[in-house]
Amino acid sequence: MSTSLVIVQLFNGLQLGILLFLVAGGLTLVFGVMDFVNLAHGVQYMLGAYLSVTLYQLTGSALLGLVLALPASMLLGLALEWAVFRHLYQRHHLEQVLATFGVILFLNEGVKIVWGAAPLDMPTPDLLSGSVPLMDGLRYPVYRFAIIGAGLLVAAGLYLFVRYTRIGMLVRAGATNAAMVSALGVDIRRLFTIVFGFGAMLAGFAGAMVAPILSVEPGMGDQILILAFVVIVIGGIGSVRGAFVAALLVGVIDTLGRSFMTDILRIFLTPSTARTIGPALASMTMYLLMAVVLAVRPAGLFPARGRG
Amino acid sequence: MARVIESGARAAIASAASAAAGRLRALAFDKRMAAALFAALALLPLVSPLVGGGYLLHIGERVLIFAIAALSLELLIGAGGLVSFGHAAFLGIGAYAAGIAASHGLGTLAVALPAALAASAAFALVTGAIAVRTHGVYFIMITLAFGQMAFFVAASLAPYGGDDGLSLPGRTLVLGTRVLENRIVFFYVTLALAAASWLLVSRLVASRFGRVLRGLTDSETRMQALGFAPYRYRLTAYVIAGTLCGLAGFLLGNQAEFVSPAYMHWQRSGELIVMVLLGGTGTLYGPVLGALALMVLEEGLARLTEHWKAILGPLLVLVVLFTRGGIAGAIEAWRRRTTTFPELLADLQGRGRAALARAEQAAMEATAAAIGCGRRAEAGLGAAWLRWRAALRPRLEPLATLAARSARSADGIVRGAAKACVRAESLLGTMNRDVAALAGSARRHLSAGLGRCSQTWHGGLRPRLAGLARLAGRGIARMAARAVPWRVALHRALKSAAGLAGRSLSSALARWRRR
Repeated sequence: MSTSLVIVQLFNGLQLGILLFLVAGGLTLVFGVMDFVNLAHGVQYMLGAYLSVTLYQLTGSALLGLVLALPASMLLGLALEWAVFRHLYQRHHLEQVLATFGVILFLNEGVKIVWGAAPLDMPTPDLLSGSVPLMDGLRYPVYRFAIIGAGLLVAAGLYLFVRYTRIGMLVRAGATNAAMVSALGVDIRRLFTIVFGFGAMLAGFAGAMVAPILSVEPGMGDQILILAFVVIVIGGIGSVRGAFVAALLVGVIDTLGRSFMTDILRIFLTPSTARTIGPALASMTMYLLMAVVLAVRPAGLFPARGRG
Repeated sequence: MARVIESGARAAIASAASAAAGRLRALAFDKRMAAALFAALALLPLVSPLVGGGYLLHIGERVLIFAIAALSLELLIGAGGLVSFGHAAFLGIGAYAAGIAASHGLGTLAVALPAALAASAAFALVTGAIAVRTHGVYFIMITLAFGQMAFFVAASLAPYGGDDGLSLPGRTLVLGTRVLENRIVFFYVTLALAAASWLLVSRLVASRFGRVLRGLTDSETRMQALGFAPYRYRLTAYVIAGTLCGLAGFLLGNQAEFVSPAYMHWQRSGELIVMVLLGGTGTLYGPVLGALALMVLEEGLARLTEHWKAILGPLLVLVVLFTRGGIAGAIEAWRRRTTTFPELLADLQGRGRAALARAEQAAMEATAAAIGCGRRAEAGLGAAWLRWRAALRPRLEPLATLAARSARSADGIVRGAAKACVRAESLLGTMNRDVAALAGSARRHLSAGLGRCSQTWHGGLRPRLAGLARLAGRGIARMAARAVPWRVALHRALKSAAGLAGRSLSSALARWRRR
């Protein structure tokens, strides 16, 4: 457990946290404003990755593929909203869960039909390839730094957007009391559509960013969806700030747990026992974190105003 | 041996079916539907050899196992309003208990089944203790997260196959025999357990416990005001549902003779919810029907195409968008449309009679409870009197004297305050008088000044000004008489005269004002 390894894993954790924030931010906005449980948010992340691969194959430039994936995933999100989700806003959460579950089944299978079940490859953009030295004998890929930087930029942009623009104001107002906003003469449906498209774009952006470092395959969204759920439950549903803090927390703790849990256990236990228990315990760490947070604060770290 | 059991079972089914058909008509619709479903499934082993060998029996077993799981989930969703999205974890835990016990050579009914039930109950108790504290979407997400946790723990259990799962050496032994390996026996054991689960859940929902649960779903505040602790009831429901689902998992592990983390996958939890909703929540034959429908649908679609999920997904969306209450809801609506008036009347009469009986029972219970309450109240009163005599009175009496004393001193304070009030009043009176006198003198001074002012004006300034004006007039007349070149001089004189007059007027005014 050398220092350099700890530093690398810290950066990896930060990068996972940033990705989680991109997905969880959209999820929590959609839930906060529309009171809509969107299980299909993870699928939009997956579609973002697939779209970036396809656009890369069409244009021949990885960077162009990444950039063009943004509007494409936004359009796909808006199409889904128009076709299915729009009719679910007034329904019970149970029905929303069921319908979006159906959408997941369909899109996961649809991706398999269109792109095949095998994982796809996506190169890193030339501009961001290579690595930089952190300290002696320790280099870290530029692309991962780019992910962290881009994520922080998006987080800052989102903060400014929600805090200082008119639409941001409506979003905040809608999160507190949507019916009142509607009564004041704001077209709430259009606001919903904007927020939804924006959330879809964020998820798609996360998917496109992660495409060069993970394998692009069907079902890749399910994993991150559940992580995002953990994040927004810890952060407080509907709170973007909570999502940011919780995403970094979960990202770092999960990554460190996976890397070092076995080593830590070896201090107390025999090596073979540690090797058996370590991975199981490591995969539980973030759920334990969630359990602890919920035991202390049942509404999450930063409960959004206006709901319990 | 197996053949003897098989033929015996078939004969038993045939006689049981005819007897059951006679009794069916006597039951309420809800129960009749469930009984019909189970009866129809009971006939499956008779039909199975005719159609596709053991395949139909295999599906039937799975339908029954998932019916148990869906029933346990219905207890949470329908009665408790708790949408658990991690229910498959219990399925997996039950299955793993059977598998792990078997892999250690402990695969007997006396060990494996209690282990499965206890493990699921313990998991339900621990996760439920946290999850039940929350509501609505939080509950959905937390149960999902806990389900995922169980999934990953199972996937990292390297000694028990990890990701690849674990093959059972054989089904659980019953009293040392491999009787469960017989398909017919296993089918009927599963059927019996499913029917028993249905009975258990229906009894639970109808019991006081179930009523409290439904009341909590309806209005938590009201139930709290009535003195029920929501947390305890919900946690109990969660543990019961988890344990029941653990039973289903135990059966599933035995049926497949294989366990893997896939049993706990979150999509499996989603499928359980689909079963409950597809069948129709709020009824108890709904989950059984839903399990049947989803299984048949999946098997049918899977035969049709490899990408059957691409058809199932949109189908689910359509079910949500266009049906209310699932299949049971549709049946209910159809029944309402087709029922004739006499049937309706008979049904109503029957239900009325049942309700009356229940009301009588409740009234009797309430009376008994009231009597008990009265008795307890009397006893309480007596105890209170005794306690008063023994402990409270000696302590209260000094308090009373203290109170009297402090009341007296308070009287004194009040009297002093009144005196101060009177004094303040008189002070205010003199102050008023002084203010009035001051105002009067000010007024007098003001009018005197005004008078002096007008005297100056009339006595001194005005005659002098008039004289000047006259002089000026005379001057003007004289000038006018002179020649034209004098006009300029005249103007100048006029202007200066006017200026002088104005200045003196304004200075006079200023002086007056200063006064």
